[in-house]
Amino acid sequence: MSPAGARSRLDVKIKQKCFRAASGGKLQVLGELAFSLGSGQVAAVVGPSGCGKTTLLRIVAGLDLDFEGDVALPAHGRLGMVFQEPRLLPWRTVEQNVRLAAPQATDAGLDTLFQTLGLGAHRDHYPGELSLGLARRVALARAFAVEPDLLLLDEPFVSLDDALAARLREELAELVNRRPVTTLLVTHNLEEAVGLADRLLLLSVSPALILADVPVARPREAHTAAELETLRNEIARRLNQAFH
Amino acid sequence: MGVRLASLALLIAAWYAGSQLAGARLLPDPQAVALAIVDEARSGALALNLGATLARVAVAFILAMALGSVIGLIMGRSRIADQLGDPWLIVLLNLPALVIIVLAYVWAGLTETAAIAAVALNKLPIATVTVREGARSLDHALDDMAQVFRMGAWTRLRHVILPQLAPYLAAAARSGLSLVWKIVLIVELLGRPNGVGFEIGVAFQLFDVTRILAYALAFIAVMLAIETFLVQPLERHVARWRPKPA
Repeated sequence: MSPAGARSRLDVKIKQKCFRAASGGKLQVLGELAFSLGSGQVAAVVGPSGCGKTTLLRIVAGLDLDFEGDVALPAHGRLGMVFQEPRLLPWRTVEQNVRLAAPQATDAGLDTLFQTLGLGAHRDHYPGELSLGLARRVALARAFAVEPDLLLLDEPFVSLDDALAARLREELAELVNRRPVTTLLVTHNLEEAVGLADRLLLLSVSPALILADVPVARPREAHTAAELETLRNEIARRLNQAFH
Repeated sequence: MGVRLASLALLIAAWYAGSQLAGARLLPDPQAVALAIVDEARSGALALNLGATLARVAVAFILAMALGSVIGLIMGRSRIADQLGDPWLIVLLNLPALVIIVLAYVWAGLTETAAIAAVALNKLPIATVTVREGARSLDHALDDMAQVFRMGAWTRLRHVILPQLAPYLAAAARSGLSLVWKIVLIVELLGRPNGVGFEIGVAFQLFDVTRILAYALAFIAVMLAIETFLVQPLERHVARWRPKPA
C-alpha cells in the first residue's frame, strides 16, 4: 500500500527560462521542457555544449528560481549534487567536507563509502593536497553521503583523462547499483550517458527542447563497441527526425 | 635574524650619537631611558599605566572589530545595505580622529565610556571597509554548494564564509591594532587620569623627554609581544590548510 501523500518522482515542467542579455534584450535558453523520473531511475540529459544543460540542472537544484514553470522534487527533497568542479572547502579536510554536507552520516557508512571510492588514505588530507581525480571522488562521496532522494550530476568527469574517467564511471555505477537513487546526469559524452543511465533525454540547441527520450536496454553493464554504435546511429536518426 | 639585530644595533648607536650631539635634555641616551623604565617598573606606575592603556585598547579593538565585521559582511552581501551604509562610512572615514574624541568628551563627559566609544568609532569604518571587500569577493560556487546540501546558517558562517574572510579579518586586525593604540594614547592625553597617554602628557608639561621615551619603548615592547605570541600563531593556525612549498 503506497501512502497517497508521499511522492517518489521528480516532476519537471518548465515553460521557459530566459536570461537578460547585456544589450537589454531577452535570451531564451530553455523552451518547454517536461519530464518525470520514477524512483531509482537514472536519466542522462545529453546535448551539445552550451545548450542549457547546466541551467536545467540549476533549476532542478533550486539554485535558479527565475524561470517559468514548476519543479516537484521527490519526497523529503534531500539533494546530492556533483558540480562540474569538485567545489570542496579548501580549508577543511576530506572527511570534514563530507561530514559538513552530511551531518547525519554514520561512521560505518562513511567507512564503506570512502573505501569504495579509494579515499581511505586521504580522509585527513586537505583538498589542495589532492589530484583532480581524487577531488572529484570526494565530491562523489559527499553527494552519496547525504543519502539523497535525488542525485544531480553536472558533467562530473569532465577534464579527466579517458582511463581515469572510465574508472570513476565504473565506481559511480557501482554506487548507484548498490543504493538505487533517482539521478539526473548532465553530459555531452554519449558513452558516459549510455554507461550510467536507463534513459537518455536529448536536448536541442537554444532554446533547449527535448528532442527524444531514448531508453537504454542494459544500463550500467559493459556495452560492446557494436552496441554503442547502434545506439549512436539510433540517436542520430532521432535527431534527424526532430530537425526535419 | 643577524641582519635584523645589526639594524637594531645601528638604530641604538644612532640614538646614542644623537644624544651626544643634542644633549641629554633634548634626547637622553639609551641607558638613561632604560634606567627610567626600571624606576617606573619598581614604583608600580609602569604596570598600572600599561594595564590601563592595554585594557582600553582591548575593549575598543574588540568592539570595533566585532561591529565592523558584522556591518562589513552585511554591506558586502546586500546591495541595498551597501547603498544605505556607504555615505555614513565615507563621513566616518574622513572625520578626523581628534574631532570624534573631542565630541565624545563634550557629549558624554570625561568618562571611560566616552573614551572607548571614541576609539572604537575611529577604527570602525576601516574594519568595515576591509571586511566588506572580503564579503564582496566571496565565492558564489561555494555558496551554491552550501545551499544544495542544505547547510545550516551556523555551519555556513563558520565553515564556508569565515574561512574566506580570514585574510581580510587578519588585515583589519593588524592595521587596527596599531591604529587603536595610537588613538588610545590621544584619548588618554586629553581626558583620562591614567594610562600611557596620560603619563606622556604629564611628562610633556615637565619637559621630561626621558619619561616620554621610557613609556613609548615599554609600550612598543608590549605590542611586539602581542604580535609575536598572539597574532602570528593565530595566523599560522588559520592558514594551516594552505599547501606549503616542499
